[in-house]
Amino acid sequence: MSAAVATSGIKVQQATGGMPRHHVAIFIALLAAGIVAPFMLYPVFVMKVMCFALFACAFNLLLGYTGLLSFGHAAYFGFASYICAYSAKSWGLTPELAILLGTAAATVLGLVIGALSIRRQGIYFAMVTLAFAQMVFFFCLQAPFTGGEDGIQAVPRGHLFGLISLRSDFTLYWVVLAITLGGLLAIYRIIHSPFGQVLKAIRENEPRAVSLGYRVNRYKLATFVLSAALAGLAGSTKAIVFQLASLTDVHWSMSGEVVLMTLIGGLGTVFGPILGATVIITMQNYLATFGAWVTIIQGIIFVVCVMLFREGVIGVISKWIKKPL
Amino acid sequence: MDDGVILAADNLTKEFRGFLAVEGVNLRVRRGQIHALIGPNGAGKTTCFNLLTKFLPPTRGKITYKGQDITALSPADIARLGLVRSFQISAVFPHLTALENVRIALQRQRGDSFDFWRSQKVLSDFDDRARALLADVGLSEFESTEASDLSYGRKRALEIATTLALDPEMLLLDEPMAGMGNEDVDRIAALIKRISANRTILMVEHNLSVVSSLSDTITVLARGKVLAEGDYATVSKDPRVVEAYIGAGHG
Repeated sequence: MSAAVATSGIKVQQATGGMPRHHVAIFIALLAAGIVAPFMLYPVFVMKVMCFALFACAFNLLLGYTGLLSFGHAAYFGFASYICAYSAKSWGLTPELAILLGTAAATVLGLVIGALSIRRQGIYFAMVTLAFAQMVFFFCLQAPFTGGEDGIQAVPRGHLFGLISLRSDFTLYWVVLAITLGGLLAIYRIIHSPFGQVLKAIRENEPRAVSLGYRVNRYKLATFVLSAALAGLAGSTKAIVFQLASLTDVHWSMSGEVVLMTLIGGLGTVFGPILGATVIITMQNYLATFGAWVTIIQGIIFVVCVMLFREGVIGVISKWIKKPL
Repeated sequence: MDDGVILAADNLTKEFRGFLAVEGVNLRVRRGQIHALIGPNGAGKTTCFNLLTKFLPPTRGKITYKGQDITALSPADIARLGLVRSFQISAVFPHLTALENVRIALQRQRGDSFDFWRSQKVLSDFDDRARALLADVGLSEFESTEASDLSYGRKRALEIATTLALDPEMLLLDEPMAGMGNEDVDRIAALIKRISANRTILMVEHNLSVVSSLSDTITVLARGKVLAEGDYATVSKDPRVVEAYIGAGHG
């Protein structure tokens, strides 16, 4: 009996707190891919992928690490893009300030909605967040500054720090790459912080975390706000990239899409949502010629994923190599 | 409040839609004792336990801990006062290593860990203390094993190590021996005896031999009410207790 010391399953390296070597390798690979991509692919497409990758990772922070299924994350993504677009267009804010303002708006919105819905659990939590997101959608449809059905169009990309013109897709690309990688590293740090450790405890066994004296609702709310803020960062950035804020980004189907991206990539994995977002956006772009069939193909892929890779693509790979990804 | 009482319940009552699960229970747990709560199935032991730790809100009654009225506090706040409970099914964090399990509890010393911007490297300060606690319950060689891979008895030992990491003044153990093999029972019983040295323990337990050898005081519950109280010798001779265990309704 005493000889059975060998650990099965995933060997956890978190005890040291440093980034494990294979995670460093993946971040470097992502950076390299980000540097090469605009030379091989259409930069606007890659920027779109990056915005959604950040959005999906922000969503995964909430669902994957606290087990809270928000079905209204489009509210933060879309509302932030409206605020960013409006402040850049009507107030002439520089892009970095417009993005920050959009992010701040999503943070406040996340705090309010989070505080009101965090006490509900499971399906009720999902329904409450969906209801609030529908209110935000209605607000964006009716409020005078959002342009109703038209949205806010022709948003100026402006000059970064008032100096560097972002008119060229290529220049803007590096800014978006920096924002995305910065956001991903921030999420990585959150997951691997003392705070993240408590989140894992709550996800694993909530009553036990309570019995150890952790006020779990406060941790859940903090995560909700962080997730909303990062979703807002993604939405704001998207508004600058496409020079557009529209109802699509606050629509409930956007909330569904981000769930899909996260599940396909791998719930509760660090890198899964990036892959999930890439797959979904690529399909939408390159299968666009099939028209309405895209939705059906997407549905089939989702069903196949659920049947073959219950833990998502990255989740399954993580099991194979016995290392957390 | 009489001397030496650390936890007191007065007229504690819990009603579930007209059904009285716990009815007017008065309980006095004295400092430094091992106090057992026993009774036949459905007697309301676990409900009573959940009321004391506020995992359930009482319908009526008052709970006092160290002279402070704690009836209105949240379960997390009660844990912060040093009154820490365990659960019937072993409560570990399955996908964290044994070391990390204990560290989650030690981390409480930092207060609230809302610092999401800091690396978890800061937690390695607790590693030595966590190892000492694991050694204390005989789990040294399993520190990097995920809790889900531990045997049942070891999970319970890990749970106790995690609880001890909070250095609680009072422990509430909900059926610490449930589902355990004989050798494990002896090990955990010895462990409970050892950790009770400067602590108060209230436990719900079915295993009567464990109860008789460990407890200073025994409270017998039946149908939500206190039936008898005293040491094992007194309680086991009480005809009402015998009747409740063998089965009422034959009289």
